[in-house]
This record gives sequence, structure tokens and C-alpha cells, in this order.
Amino acid sequence: MKKPKDFIRSEVEKTPPSGIRKYFDMLHGMDDVISLGVGEPDFTTPWQIRESAIHALEKGRTHYTSNNGILQLREALSLMLHQKYNLNYDPKDQIIITVGASEAIDIAIRSIAGCGDEVIIPQPCFVAYKGCVNFTGAKAVPLQLSEDNCFKLTVDQLEKCITDKTKAIILAYPNNPTGAVMTKEELAPIADYLSKKDIMVISDEIYAELTYGMKHTSFAEFENMHDKVIYVNGFSKAYSMTGWRLGYVCAHRDIISQMIKIHQYAIMCAPSFVQYAAIDALKQCDGDVINMRNEYDARRRYIYNGLKNIGIDCFEPKGAFYVFPNIRKTGLTSEQFCDRLLMEHKVLVVPGTAFSDAGEGFFRATYASSLENIKEALKRIERFMKTLK
Amino acid sequence: MDILELLKQDARLTAQELAVMTGKTVEEVERVIKQYEQDKVIAGYSAVINWEKAKDDIVIAFIEIRVAPERDRGFEEIAKRIYSYKQVKTCYLMSGSFDIAAIVEGKDLKEVALFVTQKLSTISGVTSTSTHFVLKKYKENELVFEEEEKDQREAIVL
Repeated sequence: MKKPKDFIRSEVEKTPPSGIRKYFDMLHGMDDVISLGVGEPDFTTPWQIRESAIHALEKGRTHYTSNNGILQLREALSLMLHQKYNLNYDPKDQIIITVGASEAIDIAIRSIAGCGDEVIIPQPCFVAYKGCVNFTGAKAVPLQLSEDNCFKLTVDQLEKCITDKTKAIILAYPNNPTGAVMTKEELAPIADYLSKKDIMVISDEIYAELTYGMKHTSFAEFENMHDKVIYVNGFSKAYSMTGWRLGYVCAHRDIISQMIKIHQYAIMCAPSFVQYAAIDALKQCDGDVINMRNEYDARRRYIYNGLKNIGIDCFEPKGAFYVFPNIRKTGLTSEQFCDRLLMEHKVLVVPGTAFSDAGEGFFRATYASSLENIKEALKRIERFMKTLK
Repeated sequence: MDILELLKQDARLTAQELAVMTGKTVEEVERVIKQYEQDKVIAGYSAVINWEKAKDDIVIAFIEIRVAPERDRGFEEIAKRIYSYKQVKTCYLMSGSFDIAAIVEGKDLKEVALFVTQKLSTISGVTSTSTHFVLKKYKENELVFEEEEKDQREAIVL
């Protein structure tokens, strides 16, 4: 007889759980730990948005919405995307409201990749991409980004990874975990190159609003790539709405009309009152987004400078809310460094290896934490570095 | 963020820290702050204290004051006579049904009441006062006094 675990598909079994898991387990039962681990804003959702959700509940807006999501929300998104990035997505049939950007990524991958296909994933990257690709039976092809090139993607690197089986590439700028961004000028050659290939781009732009000192460029802005981009974004990071789980995906209508089937059968629709609150987020909370971005920017400068002063090499992040310092000089592996920092000095950061093998020699720390926490964490990291000399 | 916003959040930030956070040089930050102080853009630095917690008994009253403005000098002269008392911690000229708002602190109810009746209401030009005692402070200077809930979540992995 088969045991329960014998029923599990090999693609699922072979995929390891997130590498971040271990650290949160270690954390359990420890006091006085400063966590720069979880990648989420420390701000609570602006009251205006919370109040809108309460209002929606009071009004009894507790029923299913259309599968695509509330039209009013899609219209507001369409307008915002047009005004900010000059993107043109028809609210009627080119946008799906999803349960977080995570679902958007999942259904995007599932709708285009399967057994025999290859999906290129530039690394280090968000932990979920590889798993989502693996689950479909497609092959995740790693593309190693280098710190020397500020973790930016080049056509050369891309060329080396493309085969007849390449179905898609996942782009994620501003990037988690590196904080790297790519400018319009840097993305243009990639767009040019890909426009001549039969390859889709899943562009995860969840950190778009958290770009510092420059304007974010969406990969969907390139006219020659517009129909071949699946644009993914959400409310979690910009509006501090992580727990609400609300994202969206935009693409050519021929893609959306197929993708909606997966969403329909698996999810039905995103929670209704959350969608209503999101309309107000889009219409009324630009100021909150700007304030939070300014705050992150000040902390970004602080932690980046603090690490440099301690003598830790660190690439200057220009987006998201992470620093990704290089700790190769210490002679420790990422995991050794993070284990010891947690056990000996009670600071939780995540080893770069949680974000693929390309992250060996790095750790990720989030500055979406109070300045007070960041200051104390830097002091502790400095003490730790002194013990290593 | 600019220097003023950062200082408003935490007045203890050093020039070095402000320089890092704004991308300016330390010298520039020092010069700008000095100028702000001279121009009284920055009028002072103080901690926001929750006296209730400090266990120091203190009574705070919000006082609406109606005045008959003086010829030539309007409200300024009367306001000065009001805010010059050290018991008056805050003083505003208001629009609406009264003219001047004063926030007064004292060690007990009696002390504040005596101050209002004997000092404020006898100032020439003050026609009437209305005293409201503060029962509880919820928020001051953007700071919420209630203690934050502790993060009770189990491990989140992403």
C-alpha cells in the first residue's frame, strides 16, 4: 500500500520549503531579537483604507465580485497605470484582480508554462518564482546576476540562457532581495532583443512605487513588447497592505481570457470588501504612498551608510526596501553568518542563499523597520563584525 | 525627507545622521539647522511626555478666551499678556466663536481654576473665559499614547 507521502507529485516534493523558514523557527522563543527579516512594511495600512473596508463591511458588501474583480477598481487601476507609466490596459478584459501579486505570478506562470518548457529566472530573486515554475512541470533556468553589474540584466546574459524551449522570463525590478533597479535606457536593449523572440515576459513590479530618486520604468512601457508582457503588481508594498492579499495582473486580452479560467476555478475572486478599500487607496492615498516612500528612503540611506561605516561591502540599493550586503570578506557562508548573528547578537537577517545559489556570500536585511531598530541592529552587527576579526 | 520632517519625528537625530539620511554634507546640515534656529523656524526641541505614565500629577485645561481687541494693536497685546504666564503652555489666536485658545497646566484642579479666575479673566480686554479640563490624552504631536499591541503572529515565511 502507498503511504500518504507517496501520493505527492515529485515536482512538489523536490521543491524545498522557503529558506527563510528556518530563521523564523530559530527565532521562536528568543527575546529581544531585532528582526530585519520579514519583507513587509512596518507601517500599518493607512487608516483611510482600513476605514473604507469597514464601511464596505457595514454596507454588506460581502458577496462574490465578478471573477475579474470589481469593474470600478479595474477602471481606477487602468487610469493609474496610464497616468503613471503610460500603459494602456482595457479595464474590461485586460486586468484581473488577484489574491496578492503572488497569485498573479502563479496564474501567469501556469497559463503559459508546462512540461517541456523553460522559464528563465534571473537570480537572486524572490523565493516563489522557482517553486511556481517547478509546480507546473516546467524547468526553471537560473540566470546569475552579478553584483559587479549592480544585479542588472544584460542581453549577453539572456542570450546564453535562451533555448528553443524558452517560454518566458521573469523580470523583477525593483528587485527583492537586491534592491536593484533598471532604468529605461538599461531595459531598452532587453526589450529590443526580446521583441524579436517568441518569449513572454512576466514583469513583477510590486516594488514599483518604492523607487528612490528616479522614476520607475515599467517593462510594459516598451511599445515593441507591450503584447508580450504580463504585468504583475499589487497593493502590499506601496500601500502597506500585505495582509489584505490584493494584487493584479494585466496583459493582452488573449492571455487574460485564458488566465481568468485558472483564477476562476482556483480562487473565484479576490475578497470583495478588500477590493472596495483598494479603490479608495488608489483614489485618496497618493500622499500616504509618497510619505512612506520618503521615510524608506531616509532609512535606506541610513542603513546603507551604517553598513559601509562598519566595513561591510554593500551595493547601493535604489528600490524596494532591502539592502543586500556582501559578506564574503568574513570567510563565512551566508548561512553561518546569519546563524551566528542571530544566536550571538540577536539580529535576524536572511541569508542570500534563501534567494537562490546566486545569493551565497550575501545577506538580506529589510529597512522597512523603525529607525530605532535599524540603529540598534547596526550596533549589534558592528559588535559581531569585531568578533570576526 | 527634508531636515525639518526628520527632526519633527526625532529631534535627537545628530547632524551626522541627518546628513546621511538626506544625502547632504554634515556642514550643510549644521548650517541649515543653525539658520532654522536663528529664523525661529525651529523654535525649540522638546520631548513629548505622557505625564500620566510619568506618574507626575498634572492637570491640563483648554481655555477658550473671548477678548475685546485693542485699538491699533488688535489681539497681539492681549495675547502677549496671556502667553507670558508660565502656566500657559500653548496659545493660539482662533477663528470662530472665541478668540484665543490657551492650554494651561497646573498641579491640580484648584490651581488651574485659581489661575483662570485670578489671572486670565482679570486681564484687561478679556471679556469671558470657558475652561475645559483634559481627561485623557490619546495623541499628541502625531504620537499615539496608547501602547502598541505586541506582534503575536507566528512565523511568516516569504
